Amino acid sequence: MPERPLSPFLTVYKFKYTLATSILNRFAGLILSAGLVMLVYWLVALASGVRAYAQARALLSLGVMKFLYAALLAAFAYHLIAGMRHLVWDTGRGLEKKTAERSAWVIACVSIVLTLILLYCFLRPAAYTQ
Amino acid sequence: MSLRSPLGRVLGRGAAKEGVHHWWLQRLTSIALVPLSIGFVVSLLALPALDYSTLIAWVRQGGTALGLILFVLVAARHSQLGLRVVIEDYVHTVGLKTLALVLVDFSHVVGAAAAVLAVIKIASGGRW
Repeated sequence: MPERPLSPFLTVYKFKYTLATSILNRFAGLILSAGLVMLVYWLVALASGVRAYAQARALLSLGVMKFLYAALLAAFAYHLIAGMRHLVWDTGRGLEKKTAERSAWVIACVSIVLTLILLYCFLRPAAYTQ
Repeated sequence: MSLRSPLGRVLGRGAAKEGVHHWWLQRLTSIALVPLSIGFVVSLLALPALDYSTLIAWVRQGGTALGLILFVLVAARHSQLGLRVVIEDYVHTVGLKTLALVLVDFSHVVGAAAAVLAVIKIASGGRW
């Protein structure tokens, strides 16, 4: 590393849940980027005809894929809600310590509820049986 | 050791004057992705099944194709901007960092183009 002044980085901060909300948002974004690869694969397979789609579907319906879908849905719920918090911050509002701590709890609760709703909708046994 | 002061070294080099471009695009795409991603998820949930004929009919109906194309394009741009920041923050080896950034940019363009082509192909009903 060059000998130059560095801006404050992860290692200099005391860990707190407000920090976790930021790291989680990045992590969720990474998972969603992986989801984008799956979306492209799915669309290309669909455009390639019945047989290609049947092959892709056999792969995408494997039991282990459910964990991936669960992770994607949780990442989507969290990134959506935490991203909205960032957009509010960008207007200069909600940056005070007290407000930021409270909004951390709000986005945690809202995204957990949203995740549970999405998990139920997409992964319940009766969903997409065909 | 240089006798020039740190100030003297940077004077005259000028500013890039595009510092907020990345930040602004990340915000623009995130705003657009709120309705686009929710629309995609709700639209998927409204489908009775995920078999071939249902999905083909779905892509061909109403605004699905346009929605899918916009969603994929904006999501790809947002993802590319986001991954760029992650790489810039955590990959410190110069060569590796550049390679990672190039791969991220290329793969996002390829992915987005492939998805858009797929949607157009389905929507136009063409075999080509």
